[in-house]
Amino acid sequence: MARALGIAAALVGALLTAGAIGGPALAASSQLEPMAVHWSFESPFAMYDQAQLQRGYKVYREVCAACHSMSMVAFRNLGDKGGPFWNPKYPNPNENPVVKAIAADYQIADIDSDTGEAIKRPGTSADYFPNPFANPVAARAANGGALPPDMSLLVKAREGGPAYIYSIVTGDLTTAPHGLTVPAGKYYDPYMAGDMSPYWKGDPNKIPVGGFIAMPPPLTAGKVTFDDGTPSTLAQEAKDVAAFLEWAADPKMEERKQVGTAAMIFLLLFSGLLYLTYRGVWRNVGH
Amino acid sequence: MSGHSSYEPKTAIERWLDTRLPIIRFSADLLDFPTPRNLNYWYTFGGILTFCLAVQIVTGIVLAMHYDPSGAGAFNSVEQHIMRDVNYGWLIRGIHANGASMFFLAVYLHILRGIYYGSFKAPREVLWLLGCVIYVLMMATAFMGYVLPWGQMSFWGAKVITNLLGAFPIVGNAITALLWGGFSVDSPTLNRFFSLHYLLPFVIAAVVGLHIWALHVPGNNNPTGVNVKSKADTVAFHPYYTVKDGFAVSVFMILFAVFVFFLPDALSKVDNAVPANPLVTPAHIVPEWYLLPFYAILRAIPDKLMGVLALGGALAMLFILPWLDTSKVRSMRYRPTARIYFFIWIVAALALGWCGSQEPDGQVIQGLHGPTFIDYDINSVTWLSRIAALYYFAYFLLITPLLAFFETPRPVPDSLYTPVLSHPAATPAGAVAAPETKG
Repeated sequence: MARALGIAAALVGALLTAGAIGGPALAASSQLEPMAVHWSFESPFAMYDQAQLQRGYKVYREVCAACHSMSMVAFRNLGDKGGPFWNPKYPNPNENPVVKAIAADYQIADIDSDTGEAIKRPGTSADYFPNPFANPVAARAANGGALPPDMSLLVKAREGGPAYIYSIVTGDLTTAPHGLTVPAGKYYDPYMAGDMSPYWKGDPNKIPVGGFIAMPPPLTAGKVTFDDGTPSTLAQEAKDVAAFLEWAADPKMEERKQVGTAAMIFLLLFSGLLYLTYRGVWRNVGH
Repeated sequence: MSGHSSYEPKTAIERWLDTRLPIIRFSADLLDFPTPRNLNYWYTFGGILTFCLAVQIVTGIVLAMHYDPSGAGAFNSVEQHIMRDVNYGWLIRGIHANGASMFFLAVYLHILRGIYYGSFKAPREVLWLLGCVIYVLMMATAFMGYVLPWGQMSFWGAKVITNLLGAFPIVGNAITALLWGGFSVDSPTLNRFFSLHYLLPFVIAAVVGLHIWALHVPGNNNPTGVNVKSKADTVAFHPYYTVKDGFAVSVFMILFAVFVFFLPDALSKVDNAVPANPLVTPAHIVPEWYLLPFYAILRAIPDKLMGVLALGGALAMLFILPWLDTSKVRSMRYRPTARIYFFIWIVAALALGWCGSQEPDGQVIQGLHGPTFIDYDINSVTWLSRIAALYYFAYFLLITPLLAFFETPRPVPDSLYTPVLSHPAATPAGAVAAPETKG
């Protein structure tokens, strides 16, 4: 058993090494580490806070969705298990009245089934979130040349995940360090990746970390009125929308953790039984 | 397979079949196969690897049912369709993607075990060579599989690695164009990678068959490296090693499940959650962790062609190892000096892995500037790679062949069973002995 423990230690050690190798790879680029934020879904068994997801959805819809698409999420997903508007009364999210009402609020591009002409019709739960721009060129043209990234997987596509989103949207972007020339239409953000040396006039050994972002500070206190009466501070709005984006990128997290917990219990018991079997089979055999 | 068969057909049907296709005899002989009784847990990785291959093939076949191998559709078919809409698609994909890492973790420990206990030495050279072939096939399969989700790292990884072939004079560009199916990495590249990614695992399975055949001719090596001398040295594979391997597989599955269910993205790069874009190069292109040491060797060499040759040479070292090791003693258990050099070699390989994940001009010791020598600061990741790579090659080409002439091995037991008989845990059959000293 001591040797078995040794091997288990080797396995874990090898993976920790792999993790350590994977981890600091991007630390070389110069930006601030995202702020430390506590999330309801952090621990291995923790789930999403549904009220937070609903608030986050409201922030997304009223603020982010003006520029950012979320092409992989359909209205029906909002009513999926683990989603912001999941209701056990409606196991089929297409029947969920909240989901249907949200979808119907949108105008979706379609073609008239009789004439083939381009039309707009009210959305259904099967529709995907519509793109705010007709195409990427239009999106760039409307945003000073920068393309607002699709938000479906944004949390998974950035080091730091939701904490990165939180840091970007709460950072004070109005005051760039003295000596930094900020290009027109851009904002300095210490949490963005970038290289500030070409824009820096001050001490060459004190080049500020961070990068430029084309997005103006999107949130202010009171910008979104939460339906559940939660005070809409900047931090609250940012935290809620980051949690919503986490859900959008990982909508199966709750199912994954539930299945995972059952799988772990099974595997631990099964391994224990196999170990006893092994001891039994080898009982009278010297080795 | 070799050895005497103890199978006796008991029924008329079995006797009939036995003279026509002795498949029951074949299976019975596999189960009865005499196996050294002193194999430790390091010997369970063969079984674990078989399990990994089966898992990858089964999950891969299911994923292929839902995957769209086109430049336009691949990313969405994985991230939108499989991960969100397919029932338990997140689980199948999570197992397949993390399964690749688990497979490599197991194969690396299997290879290290083979080197440590001298399992490559006569008469097991062909067994070892087949293992090396499997390892190379695994790397090719894993690399092409990583391209399939068609994220940024998939695309740029494919670009960097396929470009390496262009380093070869005369034929290089023709091979690259053939592999790309055009003049850059694009949808045709993805198509052929998908085709090959589906093909190669079955080639691996076939070579695994040969690997097991080649194992069953000389039989297993064991931690002492001493040959099996009599039947008393062995036990039947079943039930003794089926249950031990089964237990090990189950423990391995716990680790596997931790990644699949609780850390599904821990071993992947954030850039791969961004769809492939030929116009935007990621800031830092890195391969998966299991290829990092070779990537570091590649970058350590200033010349591209020499770098590619060094990368190939690093693999070739494994192939020729049976003819490099001159020591008559198989197991490093009795070679204390060889053991030290071997552990340094592991450290060098890990250092190369770390170097592969870093920027080439990154500092090893933060804030320390040294003189620049051959394009890089002495205190740079590149120089650490160069030193580690030098040791990597020196271990095979200098230390391994020469050491046997200088070292004094410890006395090797007469039989593989003697050391265990004198082992306190083995004397009274399982009664008073401390359980943790067994196994």
